[in-house]
Amino acid sequence: MVSNKVVKVALIGNPNTGKTSLFNQLTGLKQKVGNYPGITVEKKQGICKLNETVKAEVTDLPGTYSINPTSLDETLVLDTLLNENNSSFPDVIVVVVEIENIKRNLLLFTQIKDLKIPTILVINMVDQMKRKGIDIDVKQLEAKLNTKIVLASARKKIGIEELKTAILEYEKLDITSIGKITNRIDKEYFTRLKNAFKEFSLYKSWLLITQNIEFDFLNENQKKLVLKYREDLDCIKRYQHKETILRYQIINEVLKDTLKVDKSKASDLRGILDRVLTHRVFGYIIFAAILLFIFQGIFSWATYPMDLIDSAFANLSSWVKTVLPKGTFTNLIAEGVIPGIGGILIFIPQIAILFTFISILEETGYMSRVVFLMDKIMRKFGMSGKSVIPLISGTACAIPAIMASRNISSWKERLITILVIPFTTCSARLPVYAILIALIIPDKRVLGFLNLQGLTMMVLYLLGFTAAILSAILLHNVLEIKSKSLFVIEMPNYKIPSIKNIFHEVVEKTKAFIFGAGKIILAISIILWFLASNGPSKFKNAEQFITSKEEVKDLSKVAIQKKIASYKLEHSYIGYMGKSIEPVIEPMGYDWKIGIALISSFAAREVFVGALATIYNVDSDENVGTIKERMAAEVNPETGKKRFDFPTGISLMLFYAFAMQCVGTLAIVKRETNSWKWPILQLVGMGLLAYISAVIAFNIFS
Amino acid sequence: MFKTIANLRIGEKAFIEKLCLDNIPLKLLEMGCLPGIEVELIQKAPMHDPLYIKVNGSHIAIRRETAEKITIVY
Repeated sequence: MVSNKVVKVALIGNPNTGKTSLFNQLTGLKQKVGNYPGITVEKKQGICKLNETVKAEVTDLPGTYSINPTSLDETLVLDTLLNENNSSFPDVIVVVVEIENIKRNLLLFTQIKDLKIPTILVINMVDQMKRKGIDIDVKQLEAKLNTKIVLASARKKIGIEELKTAILEYEKLDITSIGKITNRIDKEYFTRLKNAFKEFSLYKSWLLITQNIEFDFLNENQKKLVLKYREDLDCIKRYQHKETILRYQIINEVLKDTLKVDKSKASDLRGILDRVLTHRVFGYIIFAAILLFIFQGIFSWATYPMDLIDSAFANLSSWVKTVLPKGTFTNLIAEGVIPGIGGILIFIPQIAILFTFISILEETGYMSRVVFLMDKIMRKFGMSGKSVIPLISGTACAIPAIMASRNISSWKERLITILVIPFTTCSARLPVYAILIALIIPDKRVLGFLNLQGLTMMVLYLLGFTAAILSAILLHNVLEIKSKSLFVIEMPNYKIPSIKNIFHEVVEKTKAFIFGAGKIILAISIILWFLASNGPSKFKNAEQFITSKEEVKDLSKVAIQKKIASYKLEHSYIGYMGKSIEPVIEPMGYDWKIGIALISSFAAREVFVGALATIYNVDSDENVGTIKERMAAEVNPETGKKRFDFPTGISLMLFYAFAMQCVGTLAIVKRETNSWKWPILQLVGMGLLAYISAVIAFNIFS
Repeated sequence: MFKTIANLRIGEKAFIEKLCLDNIPLKLLEMGCLPGIEVELIQKAPMHDPLYIKVNGSHIAIRRETAEKITIVY
């Protein structure tokens, strides 16, 4: 039989309740990550088969403590639940609470319940009930909360089938709200409100007027009315506070007879870990050690798969050339498409490793301790403790990092974080650094255990962070923005990370990167190939011109071919482009070939390596060796020395450390700050810093 | 002199007396930080800011400037 009915389910809950685990259990691999229209908050949806004929479309809403949003992510939760035209407007809401924090988690539940949408309550992590001495009277709790309760442990696959049955029977759910809160706040006020918005439920109307958000689904009259109510801000604020206090009173009342906690069974593992991990000395040492481990890990572990990918694509290229008939099409495949795809796939190892580390740190609950430890220090730089996570994420890619800054509630702190993130060493810089380090830094050990190449990489990372911090201090003192801070963070209990969750997270992030940035890289590789293998008249007459020259008469056939190829590259379209910027880049120690790579890597830094690969591929008569070998063989015709010598290598590394070379990041900064002012500031400021430091370094070392 | 959460020593407990509503984020109340509730200071970050507190079963960290606006009684 064909499935013909779809139930729309919204998963909602506080952060750290295991909501994502539950989502993964329900939907398995049948997930898709889309974007909310107009903004780039990820929207996670998946399909879950309930029985032979009914399917559920499950939306995993961003974690939130309450329905009153304080960040963009949380605003989406509200819009999904209030806007009946929203494609994800749920038939049934599943509120996930965690056994240990049931009291606080229920606050969100009582708010949701007032929306008059069928609601199921999932109490998660019940496998820990006994150990923690917690006992719940489910029947009585169901009666008091007017709901269906499912006891579950998403990680241990307990309660999943029961939840599916409950979702199937959603139409039977009681939608009465708990306690007449509005009456107890101010009966007269809420009666007026009720009459003003007859078409909505009372609590929905209350939410419409309390949030400082423009709701698109309202008509003009309703919008005016909402604004009128919002004028009395003091009253709204007072009533919101009263509402929260009343809700807790009701929850305490409900839990008095239904929840029993035997405190003697509570272990103090959390306390012990906290004393060590947030210690004023050990806390920082541990954090520094973790960072060091991550960075050394990325560089040494990722090298093997990366070398493998690199040489595999080099071999594939030459193989294609021998198998396919000679011609433009073969050249396009072997010199444009294959190196292009190779240039994308080579990032996978590093990105995957970095995201694995980051998601482990998030899953265990350790990240909140880092926020706690770093907040005061980061505030001296005009940022927040919450800026640490975006800055670390920035070492993978600035784009998700900038989006991760959304939970910083102070605008000034958030803006500074966004502006300095591109200084952190993102994975797109890694291939550039990796190849330059391999060319100019010897593969030696110092002090017995530190690899000199790994050490250089670490210095480059530190350089990025230093630039970020220094520019943050500058911005902190220059920017005159007053904004209120609402710094409140939860310190979740420590958890053993779930391999499944980490796997999902890493696959998702890596996929997003490859399909996002990959398209640009591939397109540019092909354009580059075209620009390098076509050119005006001199390019077309290259063969004739070279062979007619006197001095080539005595040369071998191979040598003549080589001369032709290099003459062609020089007079191709890209050759002219590179030459036209040569005067500008010469002080940094670059020639027009590096200039070509510089121009092309403006779209995305990693294209630098791909571009050089294409250039030297066209340049060489035979397809020998990897990109690195070809770069190492390149000679500066003026000095007779290696093209990628120490001064040029250092100058290039500095340039790539500081320059804002990523169209994707500029676009996201524009979107997040809603202004061209900030991305332009980044582009110009970082560009100048890059140029000046590269020129200085080149002149010092040569 | 009023005592506030910022005056607590590590491991010390007290009851929340009053929150200065104008300056306290709603989120803090929603996390269970309410008048009459017991609060315990678990840890102070270096330079005594932020403060890591346990209140109503929630473990949360708040900045000193916020803590100074929540008065306590023993």
